Amino acid sequence: MPHVTVRDVSKRYPGLTALDHVSLDVYDGEYVSIIGPSGCGKTTLLRCIAGIIEPDEGEISVDGRPLIGVPPEERNIGYVFQDYALFPHMNVKENASYGPRVKGFSNRRIRNIANETLEMVKLSERSEARPNELSGGAKQKLGLARAIGSAPSLLLLDEPLGSLDASVRLNLRVELRRLAKELGLTAIHVTHDQEEAMSISDRLVIMRSGSVVEVGKPQDLYLNPQKIFTANFLGEANFLRGTVTTTANEGMTLDVQGERLEIPWRDIPKDVIVAIRPQFVQVSKPEKAPEGWGGRIVDKAFLGDATRFELELDNGLKVTARMPWLGQDVELDVGDETITKFQKDKILTFPHPTGGLESELSTG
Amino acid sequence: MGLLDKLDKFSSNRHITSIIYIFSVGFFLIIVFLPPLLGILMKWSSIFQIFHQPELLARAQSAIFASFAIALGVSALDIVAGLPLAWLIARQSTKKYVSILDTMADIPFVIPTVALGYSVLLFWSREGISAFTDHVLLSPGWMLIAVLHFAFSYPVVVRVMVGALQDYERTLEVAARTLGASPFTAIRTVSLSVLKPSLVSSFILAFARSLSETGATVMVAGTFENGTVFIKNASDAGLVSPLVYVSFVLIVTSTLIFVTIQVLGPKLRIPVTKVWPNLEKLLSISNVTRSRDLLTLVVFLFFVIIPSLFVALPGMKALSDGTLGQAVSGSGVWATYWKAIGLSYLVAFLATLLNVVTGLPLSILIARKRVRTLESTILDAAVNVPIIVPSIALGVSLRLFWGGLAIPEFWILVLSHTTVTYTYFVRSMISALQRTPPELEEVARTLGGKPLTVFRKITISLTKYSMISGIVMAFTRSVDETGATLAVSKQFKTAPVLLVDWVKGTVPVSPSAIGLGVGILVLTSFISLLAFKLASRRAH
Amino acid sequence: MPSIQMTNVTKRFKDIQALDRVSLNIQNGEYVCILGPTGSGKTTLLRLIAGLTSPDSGKLTIDERPVDTLEPEDRGVAYVPQQYALFPHLTVLENVAFSPLARGHGRSEAYETARKVLRMVKLASREGALPHELSGGMQQRVALARGIASGASLLLLDEPLGALDARLRMELRIELRRMMKNLSLTVIHVTHDQEEAMTIADTIVVLKDGTVQQIGSPFHIYQDPTSIFVANFVGGSNFLPGVVAKTERAASIVELSEGIRIRVVDRSYHRGESVIVTVRREATTLTSHANAKENGVPARVKNVSFLGSFVEYGAVLDNRETVISKIPTSLVADSRLPFEIDDRVFVIMNPEDCKLFSSPPLGLANDLETF
Repeated sequence: MPHVTVRDVSKRYPGLTALDHVSLDVYDGEYVSIIGPSGCGKTTLLRCIAGIIEPDEGEISVDGRPLIGVPPEERNIGYVFQDYALFPHMNVKENASYGPRVKGFSNRRIRNIANETLEMVKLSERSEARPNELSGGAKQKLGLARAIGSAPSLLLLDEPLGSLDASVRLNLRVELRRLAKELGLTAIHVTHDQEEAMSISDRLVIMRSGSVVEVGKPQDLYLNPQKIFTANFLGEANFLRGTVTTTANEGMTLDVQGERLEIPWRDIPKDVIVAIRPQFVQVSKPEKAPEGWGGRIVDKAFLGDATRFELELDNGLKVTARMPWLGQDVELDVGDETITKFQKDKILTFPHPTGGLESELSTG
Repeated sequence: MGLLDKLDKFSSNRHITSIIYIFSVGFFLIIVFLPPLLGILMKWSSIFQIFHQPELLARAQSAIFASFAIALGVSALDIVAGLPLAWLIARQSTKKYVSILDTMADIPFVIPTVALGYSVLLFWSREGISAFTDHVLLSPGWMLIAVLHFAFSYPVVVRVMVGALQDYERTLEVAARTLGASPFTAIRTVSLSVLKPSLVSSFILAFARSLSETGATVMVAGTFENGTVFIKNASDAGLVSPLVYVSFVLIVTSTLIFVTIQVLGPKLRIPVTKVWPNLEKLLSISNVTRSRDLLTLVVFLFFVIIPSLFVALPGMKALSDGTLGQAVSGSGVWATYWKAIGLSYLVAFLATLLNVVTGLPLSILIARKRVRTLESTILDAAVNVPIIVPSIALGVSLRLFWGGLAIPEFWILVLSHTTVTYTYFVRSMISALQRTPPELEEVARTLGGKPLTVFRKITISLTKYSMISGIVMAFTRSVDETGATLAVSKQFKTAPVLLVDWVKGTVPVSPSAIGLGVGILVLTSFISLLAFKLASRRAH
Repeated sequence: MPSIQMTNVTKRFKDIQALDRVSLNIQNGEYVCILGPTGSGKTTLLRLIAGLTSPDSGKLTIDERPVDTLEPEDRGVAYVPQQYALFPHLTVLENVAFSPLARGHGRSEAYETARKVLRMVKLASREGALPHELSGGMQQRVALARGIASGASLLLLDEPLGALDARLRMELRIELRRMMKNLSLTVIHVTHDQEEAMTIADTIVVLKDGTVQQIGSPFHIYQDPTSIFVANFVGGSNFLPGVVAKTERAASIVELSEGIRIRVVDRSYHRGESVIVTVRREATTLTSHANAKENGVPARVKNVSFLGSFVEYGAVLDNRETVISKIPTSLVADSRLPFEIDDRVFVIMNPEDCKLFSSPPLGLANDLETF
């Protein structure tokens, strides 16, 4: 039975619809991330689930129990804030003990919980420290320890890593998932960083302008998105206009602005948008690859674990390619002539959107 | 190059800016800070006389005790009664009646205290609420003093706490709620602790105000004596020793108390360890909170607003019975009245001007910590002293100090008002400057702005509102001031001092004349405040 | 002719050593990123150059002139602080025109310059808006425009993209570099994000606790980190402690605990020395069958993480050390990930991609970024 059920939830502010008939299921023990551009409503949704704000319409229930009118202190949740919200007048131990204390647990239980949670996030050494003496990462670990201290069944995280250094984010995000799984918590994590979301979630919810665009497992949404917005928001993609010219049993041919592209057969209309991620664009010297589209490299950037190329094809199209590090120096440079091919099984097609490609991709 | 540009270029010169700062600090120390402390010491010897007069000594000591006891009790009550109102105003700002409350809460603040004193006196007398009872509910005495002090310190607490609540990040309270705390528990265990510095400073301000107030207290004291009343009586009777003795004790004790509060305040922990989940959950339900709000409003209206406005009644009576005509023509007592009004505003103007010119560089120095931190912290604390010391005691000390140097009485009066109001302007500027991020000025410098250019175009523009607010506070405080004026001069009577004489009967005046006199003073105050609102609207 | 030259600059605040004998040279027209964790001294470095604070010791010259006597307004340097510090009471146009006006240009001339720069950052239509009416990305562009309009040839940017969300950051990075290059400006850009630094900089200066760890091009820093800290902070690596067991002509054989041996093409250490073997995550791979020659170490998959461009596996060796391996998603057929948790695999580490560092005296954790 789904743990958290959101049905047709709407929330409006003067001049802005923050949530527009949003429905969602989060299953028991799942780690789900809600991602989307700024203003898409993800934080508003999280706050509705927490009870910090009340939706105008719709229902939210946990394990079948409706939560309308139930104040946050009675929802049995743990909430982690972007700016930590640590109590400045209490030290680390007192912050960690707050939840059990206000819930009326016995002194012994309060002590045990504080010790356990601080141990779990490796902050036991700093029990007497004040929040303002801690580094950013330590502060967030304390926020996490405090949230799980009152034995919640639901963990809600509001851009928990947003205020931290990039390197600390990388390390801490793994801890978030580990902790949630170890304690068997259902977690809903809001972020605008899609790599962060993909790396730690069981499922992703993609939102835009107050609505849910698509939901699915990270690799499914990345490799097989059903919506153009998903294809562009999660990672990046090259978008090209194409028309189906011939169809055969095993495959079909598309005309993409003068060039021929062959793809496995699929059920698509005549006018399509072809999408291919830069990671799946293969660039080689003409002598090494006979077939493909001709073009030239106009820009090259070294990214560490990959090299990024901006290509201008013979037919005028501009395409971005990202080649992963392959063990040796990439021998392609700006100005070189190239042959470009797309990895067949990674080519995505979408029906040409009625409102135009630009509006499909826009984040507002 | 225009004049402004030449001045801007000058400001780059480190030497010139240093001189300006040194002058500012020097003025503060030599004119504002030290004389009140030194003046008393100059008449040290005369203190010993009182020790040979046991009755007088006993009277003096119980007066001193009364001052502190009343101040302490009243400030505590102000916090208990004022905090819920501040909460209501800050948290429910969307409801329409709340913005009216917000403006109303300022009323006792903007009415000169002598007007307030007279109004409270009337309200509780036969002409007011006691018309319906057998005997006078509150006749002049210590209880009436307490009620008066409660009323005029109430808005101080509300103002400070509303400001603090508006700045306060509610996220902490929300965090406590998500952890399982009921609203009442969350506020008690988290918010109050975070707001503690503002609670402490509003307590200090209320305490200082109660301790220092003279004119209105004299009006409602009857035969009772607190410290300031005693000093006035001693001054009228020409008794030097008790005068100096009580002034001395008040200055020293109040300074000690405030230093103690400043130091201990941060260490004082609001009890947050014990939690009563079930009880506090009950206290959070809307019926309870609604009754609390209702009670707060009743107290606010009955003990603060209505008594403050009561003086409007005799004032209006005066319009119809011919007193107005006498006032306008300046006949009889009214000649001295208009002279007194003129004097009040002249002194206020001069004192405020001195404050702005000398206080601005000092504010910048303290706010931006241009000096090494220890020295600027000491300066920061020193700036608070003129508020802490009861103004009448301050006046006594200044008369001894400057009088000894043969400075004319008018200028001693101006200097005493400058000292009394100095803190208001400087504190306002310092907090405004501290609220303006220094990055703005730094960026402006790197973009090519010379220090004075940056000051003009950036700093002043951003602190304009607070600067005007500080000027108005200093100005109205000076108009309001009775204690220092009484102590410094017998011949120069400002309007409030004159009104005290009228009420006490030292000068025989009809009740409607008193009502009108008080009313005109209130009117002129309102006019200057209106001018401020207009000026600040343009600043925005 | 170097634009900025710092020699042994030191700055101390109470009990924190913000900068410790920092030396660097920045050429005219270079785009330099100062990269380091929070608290490494990056902002102090910028403020020193801007003239908002002065060094305790050391020399600083801008265009060969010593700066001790130069006030901030005379240094020809534009400083953009972390939160942009736009003047809240001035419109966009007035903000951008501030510098030309302050430097003595006439009003119409200053506004003309301001409009020109606003067109460059594509904000000409919002010239009458107040800062708080703009989005984060727009505010950032106004802050840049204000710096450019000052006519300074050196721009100091303190975490210019830090307040923006991940997507906007990626888009604006490239635009930022392009704009600065078009104007031939020298830029010092401070950041804690190594991906940002790699994408945008000509030269990266890695800073930790106030000391310079390494200076070089992105390629150079990535391929040849000179310390464990840099190897970890920029791009992330695997670190395996061991002892040099045998040396060959071109390589060393390092023995980890539990008898695991790895061949490393790096002869910098002698037999018996304690070393740390480092190898980039993308330079390792997992296979189900071992190929005898290529360092195939048996392991068990502990976790799987999908990163988009890569799939990241954490594999535990028999000595309980974890090796993280990044496999390009392009090698993954149809959404099925090649390995699952608890699979028995072999971790392949190409000897040529492994590098040795000496074992740090205070322990490995000390050199890695701990929080």
